[in-house]
Amino acid sequence: MKWNETSYPRIGETVLRATLPNGLPIAVVPKPLYRKRYAFFTTRYGGMDMRFRLDGAWHDTPAGIAHYLEHKMFDTKEGNALQELSQNGAEPNAFTSNAITAYYFDCTEHFEDNLKILLSFVSVPYFTQESVDKERGIIGQEIRMVEDTPDWRVYTNLLECLYHSSPARVAIAGTVESIAEITPETLYACHKAFYDPANMLLCVVGDVDPDEIAAIAEEILPLSRGEVIERDYGQEDMRVVERCRREAMEVSMPQFLLGFKCPAAAEGEALMRQDVIADIACEVLLGDSSPLYQRLYDKGLINGSFGGGFDQLPGIAYLYAGGDSNEPETVARAILDEARRLAREGVDEEFYQQIRRASFGSTLRALNSFENIAVSVADGAFRGFDPFRFPEVYDAVTRADVEAFLRECVVEERSALSILIPKKEGASQ
Amino acid sequence: MEPLRKKLAEGVYLTYVPAEKFKTSVLSAQLITPLEVESAAAGALLPAVLRRGTTRLRDMRSIAAALDRLYGASVAYTVRKKGENQCLGFVASFLDERYVPAGERLLEPMADLVGELLLDPLTHNGRFLTDYVESEKDNLIDAIESILNDKRDYADARLLQEMCRGERYGIDRLGTVEGVERLTNQTLYPFYQELLGAARVELFYCGSAESGRVEGALDRALAALPRERVIEPAAAERVGAPESVREITETMDITQSKLALGYRAASEDAPALLLANLIFGGYSNSKLFLNVREKLSLCYYASSSYHRSKGIFTVSSGIEAGNYDIARREIDAQLRAVQNGDFAPWELEGARSCMLSSLRAREDSAGRLEEYYLGQAATGIWEDTDELIAQLEAVTPERVAAAAQTIRLDTVYFLTGKEGTAHEVE
Repeated sequence: MKWNETSYPRIGETVLRATLPNGLPIAVVPKPLYRKRYAFFTTRYGGMDMRFRLDGAWHDTPAGIAHYLEHKMFDTKEGNALQELSQNGAEPNAFTSNAITAYYFDCTEHFEDNLKILLSFVSVPYFTQESVDKERGIIGQEIRMVEDTPDWRVYTNLLECLYHSSPARVAIAGTVESIAEITPETLYACHKAFYDPANMLLCVVGDVDPDEIAAIAEEILPLSRGEVIERDYGQEDMRVVERCRREAMEVSMPQFLLGFKCPAAAEGEALMRQDVIADIACEVLLGDSSPLYQRLYDKGLINGSFGGGFDQLPGIAYLYAGGDSNEPETVARAILDEARRLAREGVDEEFYQQIRRASFGSTLRALNSFENIAVSVADGAFRGFDPFRFPEVYDAVTRADVEAFLRECVVEERSALSILIPKKEGASQ
Repeated sequence: MEPLRKKLAEGVYLTYVPAEKFKTSVLSAQLITPLEVESAAAGALLPAVLRRGTTRLRDMRSIAAALDRLYGASVAYTVRKKGENQCLGFVASFLDERYVPAGERLLEPMADLVGELLLDPLTHNGRFLTDYVESEKDNLIDAIESILNDKRDYADARLLQEMCRGERYGIDRLGTVEGVERLTNQTLYPFYQELLGAARVELFYCGSAESGRVEGALDRALAALPRERVIEPAAAERVGAPESVREITETMDITQSKLALGYRAASEDAPALLLANLIFGGYSNSKLFLNVREKLSLCYYASSSYHRSKGIFTVSSGIEAGNYDIARREIDAQLRAVQNGDFAPWELEGARSCMLSSLRAREDSAGRLEEYYLGQAATGIWEDTDELIAQLEAVTPERVAAAAQTIRLDTVYFLTGKEGTAHEVE
């Protein structure tokens, strides 16, 4: 196997990359000092991929199908892959995000055996009417549990306020009603479309022999059909649907999330650049060393739960800030006012340098996690950038970029506020 | 390289774990004190007040700016329960110096900062700043009440409160709302001074710096630590299950009900109980997972935990309210199966390899190592990982069953929705 080896001395990483004849991209990140080894097998297919074009025709699928498929993939003709893996001392798991579905495990022994199990259960679907029906009960419970979670509720309401047509408005797991429509046939069809080696990626982190990994993958996986699947993520302009939404829930104090609709960056390195700029902008505006944070904290308007960030999902991007507060509207107002002040007066150069340094350090520190490494590598491969080149991006970004971002994106017209207010009563005997 | 453990002063210990593989170094300073109803709230409030400002860095913004300049280092204040002790202090995490441009040193300034936070708070007339105390009291009350936001955590916490009423183990690590409300600046400052003199202090470092440098940095940073009569951490009290099972049902406006069960185990065969827990409900190949969740679709989650230092087991599950009786019956049946030795060789081997893999991988996480050494220091259960691995390898099915036979149900806690199919308590 011909490996393309890139080393990143500034962050102490090396990545070996290759594409198998069957179309699967593989990345190996060597970690010679670690006991555990980690494999991450992912498809570019997530909760937002509900409408897509295949064989020339557009297909609409029920909300929650990617997640349902994830649950069912662990079934094998012989039994259950989860059990097989944990039987071998591996810790297996899976998740479905907006953009991808991923299956992974880590273990200290039997890595190659476990990798074979992983690759084979993800590539060979096995569903029956009975097993699909039974899963509905389990997923229905999961949906209900998530619906009881305030963090999820405040987030979903925000996305519904921000977006008109983006599938990000819809819960990744779907609803009890939408999953009622899922059949073995739709699951098989979606598997065939999206679990194609060319639409997937295998990332292995740890002390392994890359050639052996490649040989196992080549032996187990089918050939790619190589069809590029076009997806419909809706059309969004910069207007929001609703400025503010309130909902009552069983929480101890009000919780809020303020969001700003941002233009989606083009695929490629622009995504990483926008991420760095937005992250610095967010810290400058409301990070825990910002003047705003100190002021709000001193007044008791926010607590340690307060924070913000920036998300780039397929076709959309938004900056958000939130936490617990007894006066969410006052906090939201203060954030908007501070953004206006920064737009007017600009960002202090020394403060900017301090935040840039901190943001760089935090990004690097996140690479302690094998899962973070694998998710970054996959995201970069699917969306056309090299995530480990972030130090160079930090070098290139300027204070003017951050100011321009704040001026354009963090404005009232593009914002929406989601608030959860406590129901009056608590637990009773 | 092996970890080193060293006594630096009376009741002050450093655990040093050399590691080249991490992007970050971890430095922790913890005060350990037996949990008491009267002082739990004060112990929980203290680190939150301390991180508000020091003599040099007078507010949180100054502290945050100092951390920014140290390449986005973080210092978390922590309040943890280990056995029947409360552990409070600071855990700092910072970029390993190999990745810092221009060879800047981070260890010494980080150690100084942790020392300042612990020993040199901003004071006024020999007290903390009243503003800081009062606003952190509000935050702590919010934090105690916010456990309500996660119904699973809430049910699990209520179970322990009810089951271990009157024991230290039943005290929440954050204390109670009433306990926090009673605190004042006049009582908190003397509490702080007493604690500094009397608490066991556990220091931990994991990273690429040499031990001499770490020791030197900590010696300097903690030079002002007073040492008086040191109170040793409390050993957990063992209690038997009551004659009849305690049953508590509470209602709340929720869609998914929570069923939590607590058991007492009399056996001292810890390796066997560790495996019994895994076979019963401790991982994704357990009886609870495979039968109660997967086969019967009775719940979204159902898992068990073994609280080793205290000798108790707990089960946590989320169910439909209408399935209460059948869920209880099933959980019971699965435990009985473990007690009767009714498990296949693959169940024991799966549990064993899960346990061994987890123990071996512990050295791959600085955070887990910090928890592990702190837990050992607080509970007094010292053991070598390789030795425990050897013991686990020797456990037989008979030993698992014998140890599990000493498990007795103590308390059942049920949190259910207000309407519809609510279970009637018999």
